Amino acid sequence: MNLLWLQSGGCGGCTMSLLCAESPDLLTTLAGAGIELLWHPSLSEASGGDVLAVLERAADGSLPLHLLCVEGAMLRGPNGSGRFHLMAGTESPMTHWVQRLAARAHYTLAVGTCAAFGGITAGGPNPTDACGLQFEGAHPGGLLGTDYRSQAGLRVVNVAGCPTHPNWVTETLMALALGALGPADLDALARPRMFADQLVHHGCPRNEYYEFKASAERPSELGCMMEHLGCLGTQAHADCNTRLWNGEGSCTRGGYACINCTAPEFEESGHSFQRTPKIAGIPIGLPTDMPRAWFVALASLSKAATPERLRRNAVSDHVAVPPTIHKPKPR
Amino acid sequence: MSQLIVGPFNRVEGDLEVRLDIDRGQVRSARVNSPLYRGFEQILHGKDPLDTLVIAPRICGICSVSQSTAAAQALADLAGRAMPPNGELACNLVLACENLADHFSHFYLFFMPDFARAVYASEPWSDWVEPRFRAITGSAPRAAMPARTELLHLMGMLAGKWPHSLSLQPGGSSKPVQQQERLRLLAILSAFRGFLERQTFADRLEAVVALDSAEALAAWADAAPPHQGDLRAFLHLAEALRLDQLGHGVDRFMSYGSLPLGGELLFQRGLWYRGLAALDEAVISEDPSHSWMQGGEPLHPTRGSTVPDADKIGGYSWCKAPRLAGEPVEVGALARQMVDGHPLIRDLVKTSGGNVRNRVVARLLESARLVIAMEAWVRSLRPGEPFCERTVLPDEGAGVGLAEAARGSLGHWLQVRHGRILNYQIIAPTTWNFSPRDGQGTPGPLEQALVGAPVRVGEQTPVAVQHIVRSFDPCMVCTVH
Repeated sequence: MNLLWLQSGGCGGCTMSLLCAESPDLLTTLAGAGIELLWHPSLSEASGGDVLAVLERAADGSLPLHLLCVEGAMLRGPNGSGRFHLMAGTESPMTHWVQRLAARAHYTLAVGTCAAFGGITAGGPNPTDACGLQFEGAHPGGLLGTDYRSQAGLRVVNVAGCPTHPNWVTETLMALALGALGPADLDALARPRMFADQLVHHGCPRNEYYEFKASAERPSELGCMMEHLGCLGTQAHADCNTRLWNGEGSCTRGGYACINCTAPEFEESGHSFQRTPKIAGIPIGLPTDMPRAWFVALASLSKAATPERLRRNAVSDHVAVPPTIHKPKPR
Repeated sequence: MSQLIVGPFNRVEGDLEVRLDIDRGQVRSARVNSPLYRGFEQILHGKDPLDTLVIAPRICGICSVSQSTAAAQALADLAGRAMPPNGELACNLVLACENLADHFSHFYLFFMPDFARAVYASEPWSDWVEPRFRAITGSAPRAAMPARTELLHLMGMLAGKWPHSLSLQPGGSSKPVQQQERLRLLAILSAFRGFLERQTFADRLEAVVALDSAEALAAWADAAPPHQGDLRAFLHLAEALRLDQLGHGVDRFMSYGSLPLGGELLFQRGLWYRGLAALDEAVISEDPSHSWMQGGEPLHPTRGSTVPDADKIGGYSWCKAPRLAGEPVEVGALARQMVDGHPLIRDLVKTSGGNVRNRVVARLLESARLVIAMEAWVRSLRPGEPFCERTVLPDEGAGVGLAEAARGSLGHWLQVRHGRILNYQIIAPTTWNFSPRDGQGTPGPLEQALVGAPVRVGEQTPVAVQHIVRSFDPCMVCTVH
């Protein structure tokens, strides 16, 4: 299968992340899945006219296009002209290229939250009229429209994330190459369920603090970041804390809030990213599937029961109080 | 006279188009177009200033931490706070790691593959250069990618992930390093040192850093066969293709200075133009006369604005033209090492100016310097002592963040009113290097560097132009943002 990768209204970070694929590395993984790069902007040799020839042949159907990966939002402005990104060397808006190529592609993937939903590029007043391939924020539509289906009959597959984890991309590509990703394998936002049915909260090393509502108050402290520091890990659909990033990392392991970057409109949550919005001291956003009354009841109970070790460590940047070693039974 | 429109360029970060006037086999003039506009300065307007730490890194996937660094510095400047020593060390390690990984990606993934092109197939060195540096399948990129991945494990440990971390805060780092993590960091660095010493330099980093003149570099290159170490291979190619004669820039070099520790910078701040001078941030301006932006007069970023005007007469790029006291300047590793005064780089530039060869040599030399510094910083970390100071941002005020990304000087100018961002202006490294003409008609550094580039018969995407463009390690997504 061949793969064509295009970049538009984004930062290129999903590509930079993808290059970090490991066990095995990216090139080995792709080769093993029988995927060949027709062209990738960061990796391929071809430039200029050579690239345009490949794109033209893929667009007119003379070169089969199995996997079309688009990174970055689709910029429709100004005034519907697409001129905020004319593809270099073509004087044609990137949105037109994507429409032509998506019509031919066996499968179309939106890589990253920008390509999926608009993402950070659609933030603030959305100066470029940015949208995703098949979503505009949380609403179906986008550049290609709700009725779009790739040649294989699938919606645009939204590998969301800002950036995407390298293996979300490689595993989605592998599943498609194996014919093992069908409509039922995508969630309501067209994200592969194999990653999207998890929560960032799963495997978070701060879970013991969460259980007892022992909260960090400022960056670098060890406690749970839900109560004060804006963490949305209990609501964010991703496996970041079980899969891990760049070896042993994740956002919450790095000491900062999960900002729910796999979700549409994460860029405009209506509050500051690093502060938890509250009413009467209770966070507005509750853990997914948790009834409010129970959350409030359990939270006040667990706060009352917080062990001294967690209370103190939560506001320390190192383990100030170690776990107790149980005394051995007398001989 | 004929015209060529060259693009898309790959193996640069983001999209780029160059228009060339060509006469008698040479580029006579060049116009550089940054064809993508996203509007980050407009997106930031009206936000909570702390939100810049989420938004600014997402300007760029390859200079992400550099953007975070500039944003955190602007906030720290607004708050008038400094970091504890652990905070400085951790933030330096993260920024240095990004710069190092970017230099490494540039050399192995972006720059060297051009020497494996068919146009060079009949060169005497092609038989060993092509299989080593060929894009994607060459032995060098295949080995480099896993080495880069393992180096970036440092980011997993210190910054949660890369790109787009939120660990860099105005008061320090959100990630306190624990005792066992300090040891892992040393192991990661020592593995990367091993790659550089075996494959890139075929020598000790300390020996590379000690090269102190053009003569010493030539002697070092001649001391072993050209395929022994990728720097040596590059120097052989530079000699064969006269890369020291290619891509001569403006020879005015700027560095904001980088990597502070206890009041000292690892790389000094300043301006080099026929000699070292102090750098005055107040004489920076952006000139929108040839960009698709409203306005015409050059303005200091604190007074600047970013309002697109796609139909502007005379515009040919989304990029504004930054100028220092009215002059274009080159930024990047070459500029940083010139300003810092590394004797090898000073000597190379003295003999041949800024050019393709010297830019690449400076990047590799700086990589060696960075690893040595990073090892010392890891040893200096003190687990158990603070990594982040409490910082309260005032509701009114201004802040400036001046950082060095791999590819050069990055500035953020922030103004806050009633606790919200009133104006945010960003000038990125490639904004400087790939600037369009200014109101005086003076071309930007790349535009000047392309003049005189040879164009072979029938070339649509001249290989010399590609060498020159990539020698700057451009980041187009930062350029316009």
